[in-house]
Amino acid sequence: MTNPLADMDKPDVIFCIGTNMTECHPVAATGIKKAVAAGSKLIVVDPRHIDLAKQADVYLPIRVGSDTALLLAMAHVIAREDLVNKTFTDERTTGLEEFVEHVKGFPPEWAAPICEVPPEDIEKAARLYAKADRSAIYYTLGITEHICGVDNVKSLCNLTLMTGHIGREGTGINPMRGQNNIQGAGDCGALPNNYPGFQAVDDPEHQEKFERIWGTKVDLELGMTKVTALERCGESIFGMMIDGENTLLSDPDRNHCQHALESLEHLVVIDIFLTETAKLAHVVFPATSWAETDGVCTNTERRVQRLRAAVPAQGDAKPDWWIVSQIARRLGFEGFEYESAKDVFNELCEVSPLYNGLDWDRIDEGEYHWPVPDKHHPGTPRLHETGFENGRGIFSCTTYRDPAETINDDYPLWLTTGRRLQSYHTHTQTGRSGGMEYFLPGESLEMHPDDVTRLGLADGEPCRMSSPRGAIDIVVKATTKSRPGTVFTSFSFKDTPVNVLTGSGYDPTTHTPELKVCPVRVEPVAAS
Amino acid sequence: MIQRGEEGTAANATVNIDGTDVPFADGETLYEICSRHQKDVPTLCYDPRLDPFGGCRLCVVELEGARNPVASCTTRATPGMKVRTETGAIEKHRRTLLELVVSENRQVAVDELSGYASQEMKTLVDRYDADRGRFQGKKSGHSREDDDNPFILRDYDQCISCYRCVRVCAEQEGDYAISVMNRGFDTKITTEFNGLLRDSDCTFCGQCIQTCPTGALADKKALANADVPGDIEKTRTICPYCGVGCSVDLVTKGDRLVGVQPAMDGPANEGALCVKGQFAFGFVQHDDRLKTPLVRGDDGELHPASWDAALDRAADGFRGVVERHGREALYAVASGRAPHEAAYTMQKIMRAGWGLNHIDNCSRA
Ligand code: SF4
Ligand code: SF4
Ligand code: FES
Repeated sequence: MTNPLADMDKPDVIFCIGTNMTECHPVAATGIKKAVAAGSKLIVVDPRHIDLAKQADVYLPIRVGSDTALLLAMAHVIAREDLVNKTFTDERTTGLEEFVEHVKGFPPEWAAPICEVPPEDIEKAARLYAKADRSAIYYTLGITEHICGVDNVKSLCNLTLMTGHIGREGTGINPMRGQNNIQGAGDCGALPNNYPGFQAVDDPEHQEKFERIWGTKVDLELGMTKVTALERCGESIFGMMIDGENTLLSDPDRNHCQHALESLEHLVVIDIFLTETAKLAHVVFPATSWAETDGVCTNTERRVQRLRAAVPAQGDAKPDWWIVSQIARRLGFEGFEYESAKDVFNELCEVSPLYNGLDWDRIDEGEYHWPVPDKHHPGTPRLHETGFENGRGIFSCTTYRDPAETINDDYPLWLTTGRRLQSYHTHTQTGRSGGMEYFLPGESLEMHPDDVTRLGLADGEPCRMSSPRGAIDIVVKATTKSRPGTVFTSFSFKDTPVNVLTGSGYDPTTHTPELKVCPVRVEPVAAS
Repeated sequence: MIQRGEEGTAANATVNIDGTDVPFADGETLYEICSRHQKDVPTLCYDPRLDPFGGCRLCVVELEGARNPVASCTTRATPGMKVRTETGAIEKHRRTLLELVVSENRQVAVDELSGYASQEMKTLVDRYDADRGRFQGKKSGHSREDDDNPFILRDYDQCISCYRCVRVCAEQEGDYAISVMNRGFDTKITTEFNGLLRDSDCTFCGQCIQTCPTGALADKKALANADVPGDIEKTRTICPYCGVGCSVDLVTKGDRLVGVQPAMDGPANEGALCVKGQFAFGFVQHDDRLKTPLVRGDDGELHPASWDAALDRAADGFRGVVERHGREALYAVASGRAPHEAAYTMQKIMRAGWGLNHIDNCSRA
């Protein structure tokens, strides 16, 4: 997030796109509810009629995967109606003219049939967003889990650059991170292209820096992404170590995943449960879980916070860092003589410019947002207040692409996937915590009542849903939350492994899978 | 330059509290000033996060020039006010009020596991040695034992109509799931159509149980551990679920994790949690937890192994892959749920150890 969570009740206009915040980030959503109660306007873009949509001033139920088209058309309206913040663009951006020329070709009338929403509503949203003194964008995986995820994000950046809704209180472009430490995993360099602190691995200066620090040779070549690695299992990848991820249930195209992991000669899994993925491993290590582990995590607003152990480890479980370090030491690697989480974290602070000003003791109260470049720095709750890291903000001339697969006679419905309030991820934790089943006994497929009737299905009865990759049986839930032609379910339940179906494509840059769009066929169980 | 606030109060204006002149900020209430100066003014319907309500009147103070004591939580300070917080008359007045409140209440001593604020009532009753017999009258509220939800106990016989739950639900959670019916002794806190919480707008965020000062609304999951022996301890940490990063206090008795309470001063959440952070902690000490390393045997099955054997096997396996296919045949996936130290060592073993950038995390799925 460019802006802190504390800013959430401050914007005049809140633009939520591809974020079901009341279910996925409930406490953050309370900030939006407060803002709306105090008079802020709300724009909601989501194919499903989510709770936030009920409070929206403008609600755009776009067809899944058409976000770029919508955002191009909004940019068109902002340019056409002279709503560009010239002071801001003059001072802080480059490429405005070219961009304005570019978006001339994408009026709302062009986007409307793609997005399946009225052109007037697109205009309304654009005006509302642009005219306010302070507008803020919030998004989640509904923006990124597409083959055009990068273009979607760039299109959102374009809107902030045109209007200057960035670098001030109550503005910004704010991705809501879905997992407690997914921001932190990136911060720590668990990425094929970046060292800790997002220092590019293909920069010789960084190579030299890390060779000096670690006293070993490091590679200048970009690593492959997880998606590529899974594709190459059994061909060029033969050994893998997975920490705390139930790949088999969370990743797209389950059959492919299973095959990939099974073709490894050596798979080591570190986890707190014997997950579906761990069952395929050659060696499984028991990790200490939350409440048993000292450590650090970084939340969605870049706030670096301490985790503290309150109870002893179950059985022989050990912290992840200890397990990894022990393996490293047995392989003869140096620099893994850590005695505590504190040792590891303090090393991270030394090597990451974003954390240079932090250490284990300084983050005790959790008041710092990175970057914290030195020990006297107060932290950075708001990014880009005085400038952009690379000088000026650059407009990107994005274009619209269809999803990797589109509906056709064989697969005539759009399936989109997500999370639910009471379950988390593959439900290994929430499912074992007692009580959630009262609200969420199992998964169902949300479908518009008209579709239910048209397809000869019945509310509460099982149906068969298939994609080119496989089929699952799932109970139908008739609801107007789904728009006609689009169905929804979560990926949390192993009895309805929706990742058997998904996996049609990936964003070419980030390799983020298109989990939000998958054409499917739904039919009565007996018929298939 | 003198800074002036909305009402034109000079920034150096003061009020006199128990004989001392103290400065205050524009808009501050007498209660806020008193508590800033460590005055022990009792409250029941007050929650610093909520709009002042003025229902219980326990926070009364003497204000010079006013005929009756005033509720300090709803009285905004104006320059020159003279306030007394602890006269004999005020203390007597408070005690009488408290006795009235207690008389409605079936049980004053409730388990600490009921919720964050659950001991407020009991603490005051002890402090004022309030006599429970004097106003023994009709009970207010109505117990809802029929609400079979697994998380929130609704025992309205304990309700003192401080409205904190209703206010926290509306003002903090923004859900308006509960409201107030009737008045006086017949007051009850209820849902729309007086039904089950599940059928209301309730999201089971638990904020109402954490602000309730009597245990009328209480944490069923924590209370299930009421019989676990040992004293309660609290440890500050961060919720393990979404990226908001709410601060929580883990409630433990000995080695047992018995509950979770929101940190009222948590920087990302200021006392709020959601249903997952509040109630989904049982996985930690669940029987399914992996307790020993496992190694695949010749029979193709996973078998428990010692750490030494398993670590050797893990290292040997990687060595073997490198011998057969070269180091480029290795890959590692770090977790978005484990702490920094896990991700840092994972990328370091790949980079510093193997000289490879073959590392990613699970954010791509
Ligand atoms: S649990 Fe939350 S939503 Fe439900 S009544 Fe209490 S405060 Fe309201
Ligand atoms: S309590 Fe809920 S909103 Fe807060 S971090 Fe946990 S999952 Fe997210
Ligand atoms: S605390 Fe002031 S009236 Fe209740």
